[in-house]
Amino acid sequence: MPYNHYILVSGDSESSLNRRNELISFFEKEIAGQNLTDDVQVVSTIDTSACGMEGPFIKILPENIYIHNLTPEKVRSIVQEHLAKGIPPEGTGTEADKQFRIVLRNCGVIDPERIEDYILRDGYSALEKVIFDMTPEQVIDEIRKSGLRGRGGAGFPTGLKWSFTKEASSDQKYVVCNADEGDPGAYMDRSTLEGDPHSVLEAMAIAGCAVGADTGYIYIRAEYPLAIKRLELAIKQATELGLLGDNILGSGFSFNIEIRYGAGAFVCGEETALLASLEGERGTPKPRPPFPAVKGLWGKPTVVNNVETFANIPVVILKGSSWFSSIGSEKSKGTKVFAVTGKVKNSGLVEVPMGTPLRDIIFSISGGIRDNKKFKAVQTGGPSGGVIPEQFLDTPIDYDNLTAIGSMMGSGGMIVMDEDDCMVDVNKFYLQFSVDESCGKCAPCRIGGRELLTYLEKISGGQGELEDIEKMKRIGKAMQKASLCALGQTTSNPIQSALKYFYNEYEDHIVHKKCTAGKCVSLLKFIIITDKCVKCGVCKRVCPVSAISGDRDSGFLIDQSKCIKCGLCREKCKFEAINKG
Amino acid sequence: MKLNRSEFIKYRENIKVKQPEETVILVGLGSCGIAAGAGKTFEAFQDEISSKNLSGITVKQTGCMGLCETEPTVEVRVPGMPDIIYGKVTPEIARKIIEKHVIRKILVNNLIQDKPSSDIMKKGEIDNAV
Repeated sequence: MPYNHYILVSGDSESSLNRRNELISFFEKEIAGQNLTDDVQVVSTIDTSACGMEGPFIKILPENIYIHNLTPEKVRSIVQEHLAKGIPPEGTGTEADKQFRIVLRNCGVIDPERIEDYILRDGYSALEKVIFDMTPEQVIDEIRKSGLRGRGGAGFPTGLKWSFTKEASSDQKYVVCNADEGDPGAYMDRSTLEGDPHSVLEAMAIAGCAVGADTGYIYIRAEYPLAIKRLELAIKQATELGLLGDNILGSGFSFNIEIRYGAGAFVCGEETALLASLEGERGTPKPRPPFPAVKGLWGKPTVVNNVETFANIPVVILKGSSWFSSIGSEKSKGTKVFAVTGKVKNSGLVEVPMGTPLRDIIFSISGGIRDNKKFKAVQTGGPSGGVIPEQFLDTPIDYDNLTAIGSMMGSGGMIVMDEDDCMVDVNKFYLQFSVDESCGKCAPCRIGGRELLTYLEKISGGQGELEDIEKMKRIGKAMQKASLCALGQTTSNPIQSALKYFYNEYEDHIVHKKCTAGKCVSLLKFIIITDKCVKCGVCKRVCPVSAISGDRDSGFLIDQSKCIKCGLCREKCKFEAINKG
Repeated sequence: MKLNRSEFIKYRENIKVKQPEETVILVGLGSCGIAAGAGKTFEAFQDEISSKNLSGITVKQTGCMGLCETEPTVEVRVPGMPDIIYGKVTPEIARKIIEKHVIRKILVNNLIQDKPSSDIMKKGEIDNAV
């Protein structure tokens, strides 16, 4: 027989573990005192189940009641009043969900390889409604009124995009799904496709019905084999049931979807480069306008939307635009999925309403910074975005607010950095990425990126001069204005934002030749502190390049010209007698 | 079998009616889960169920629950008990879950994970959630 109540005891840090155990035994004692041992089970939750709250707290299931700040009196009253007599405990409530899952509604719930599971949760019902009960104008109007904006990064209103394609006159139109997810640290689209492939297929067919297209392409990275496998299976299942293909549900409307693989070039996530690659051309961008919505694939009007944008569509149709637009902030409606990685305790996928403060995502949902280190910054928007420092943690995240503080929404990668991360080093990482991925078609991006990287290498190598900063700013501005596509236009964003918020770190590197975080190897120096040294000689023995000389009588010395800054001596020294700085 | 509209509506209704009230074990088998060893966890559940001759239990694969830090993640739904998500479910823990949670109806200690959000597709929860 199941218990009638389960008490889940959680704590947000290791230090509260003892208090958690005390609480559990106290509960068990009280429960035994009331003869409720067969009625209630007390369990401890997983260690990382952090919540950003002080001390241990409990959740009572199945009632779903959260209680914090537990005192012995409170515990006693919970047991005696609530558990024994069913009187709800005072001053508590069911805690509101921290996440709100629209895009991920089926991820982790259905078997992605069974179409029945999707249909059970009203899958393909939105398509049925669109085909039989709505005109294309009504569909587009519904999407427009919902306020849904493109989730690929730029945030263009989806309804408006669709209306451009609908109004363009052509014998052939296309719908393209951009599944070329390439930002470092971003994997929302992969998870969506792996967990709920049908939602994207259904949405593409809805788009086809609305704009008058009969063919759809999914452009997906070949590095996502499981997503490809599940998409292929989903297309097959939907076609067999008459939910895709010719004459869908006997309506006369036909929509066929094909999968095309990307070879992994980051620039192919840019829509014009993506279309070029789809056509079998080299994946390089074209100047816009004309926009793909009017003149896209093989010169025909083409709707290009991102995976996450599509995954929202069936819900907008089923629940209506007013439901959807009631979620989110004033100008950004609905939710956004973030892949939170880096120095947080619980990395993972987080879907929250637009307008949720960064602090809630990083400290409440993701459990804060690992190892009790100090938060330094978070990078949103991948290599096209910027760093956001602590003073903006309470900014409600939406498209416009993020742009205003010098970053961008981007596709949803969120890399959290702590005090051990060096901004110059982080900038260098992203710059290296952008330089590697520049397609080379336009000079500002091809040459500008390389130049910026050269300056960054000079600065992190200890050779920087203050005037380099001005030069970098000028190159960045030129790239913003003159590059052909978003890749080049945004390459300098991380540097611009770091210069704005972490100028002191650049100054440290250039003027004081110092990297406080200890990441820029050329600026590092390992020095033996003679007061602490006990002359044991471990450092000399472990040094792989024999850079440490001396003996147990006279002490030891590190030869800076030989030192390769591997840090092994410091790691092995039991007396913390080697300083890194 | 290609369906027309009315056949589709009937098909959908049939699926909804046919849902049996039974224990479901959902194993997160996205790339992330598989990388963390969820494939072995999935097999362990199946092996344990067949070796113990248990009936009325379905082990299903599902996509990523978004709880990457504690992969492999597993949701256990036993009728009459609250739905529970467990993290870091190794094959050994899978066997423990069958023994304790599924058979003896006791939750397993130190592995329970908070459910990330309520389900917007369930009726009645929409108004509360917004």
